[in-house]
Amino acid sequence: MHLEEFSEGNSFFHKADPRVKILVFTLFSVLCAISSGIKIPLFYLLYSLTLLLFARIKIKPLISRLLVANFFIAFIWIFIPITYPGNPYITLGSIKISHAGLNYALSITIKCNAIIIATITLLSTSSIFSLAHAMLHLKIPTKLVTVFFLFYRYITVIHDEYLKIKRAVSLRGFIPKTDIHTYKTYAYIIGGMLIKSYERAEDIYKAMLCRGFKGYFPLFEHFYMKKSDIIFGVISTLIFVLIWVKS
Amino acid sequence: MHISEGVLSAPVLFAGAILSFIGVALGLKKIKNEDIPKVAVLSSAFFIASFIRVPIGPTSAHLLLNGLLGMLLGWSAFPSIFVALVLQALLFQFGGLTTLGVNTFAMAMPAVLSYYIFRGLLRRSKNLAFLGGFLGGSLSILIATIFISIALLETEKSFIGLAWTLVAMHLPIAIIEGIITGFVITYLKKVKPEALG
Repeated sequence: MHLEEFSEGNSFFHKADPRVKILVFTLFSVLCAISSGIKIPLFYLLYSLTLLLFARIKIKPLISRLLVANFFIAFIWIFIPITYPGNPYITLGSIKISHAGLNYALSITIKCNAIIIATITLLSTSSIFSLAHAMLHLKIPTKLVTVFFLFYRYITVIHDEYLKIKRAVSLRGFIPKTDIHTYKTYAYIIGGMLIKSYERAEDIYKAMLCRGFKGYFPLFEHFYMKKSDIIFGVISTLIFVLIWVKS
Repeated sequence: MHISEGVLSAPVLFAGAILSFIGVALGLKKIKNEDIPKVAVLSSAFFIASFIRVPIGPTSAHLLLNGLLGMLLGWSAFPSIFVALVLQALLFQFGGLTTLGVNTFAMAMPAVLSYYIFRGLLRRSKNLAFLGGFLGGSLSILIATIFISIALLETEKSFIGLAWTLVAMHLPIAIIEGIITGFVITYLKKVKPEALG
């Protein structure tokens, strides 16, 4: 299972300090999410498109990510222009499409895409483990990060268990249909996975105890901030302040 | 089921963040050191299970299983769902950072509720345990959709059409989640009764 599609590369963002990237991303996504209208979100979109130029990531998976994310947005386009109060813009028979409603849907679309592009360029260019490591440095509770770390670590292991059970089930001629037998079979597959997880968790805890586990993993490596990281952080913050002033 | 970035208004996002912060803090407090691997690996299992697509008539739907998760983990459902949503946002850009609060609360709160309401039933006879599982599994989905709808409507009244569509779409899913959760509970009762404590 290859999950971290964008994390390999050699661009500025692949090499930048994850702590700086997380901070800049947090500021960006909060400001962008609470902005309104068309103009301000467009500035944010421009910012994340600029980041994209520097990140040099694969275009194909990027486009497929954006398509999936815009699926929910498509629902908004179906409903909002019809139900939003405001002067009718176009009248199609009994359906009135409001101008304000179209603007609102457009605003949401721009904000959503701006944040997704920023997520991919800033966060997905680091590996999940280095982001978890950075979270510890940013004072996220150790227990939460430890749960996150083990959770991610064991996804591939549990996925293998799932594939094993699934293979066993197909060998016995299981074909999914809409009936109770199918749902019962899926329930037993999930039940089987849960049992394996309980057993695995006990083994992990014993192994961790043997290594002197006291509730956290000590940090072995430390990040160090380069000059370019600081410059990137400062420039981004200045841009956000400028956009903030503009609004 | 999660709301994308950029849709909800600032007060709704803020309220969701505060509620989830409290939930995650309470959940973390309940996790003892020896429970850390259990919560983490069960979260991995639920993450994988959420990719299973079950057929419903001509289409298929993927499972959420937040009710089952809640009945097994109690308040730890909050950190468990939280880490899963963080990972989804990082890997697939489903949901996102600013909607993390709203989405976590919408899925984890019904999970915790079904822990308190139905966990007692799970220890009784096989049929009552199945009933508890069914109700916990299906109501958790419905309540989660209602929370999501409230978040949408508090943002903008004209989301009403979208909210009704969401609820209607999740009705069949809720029934199937209920059936599957019920069978998982009876299975665990047979194979590993201590999990239902």
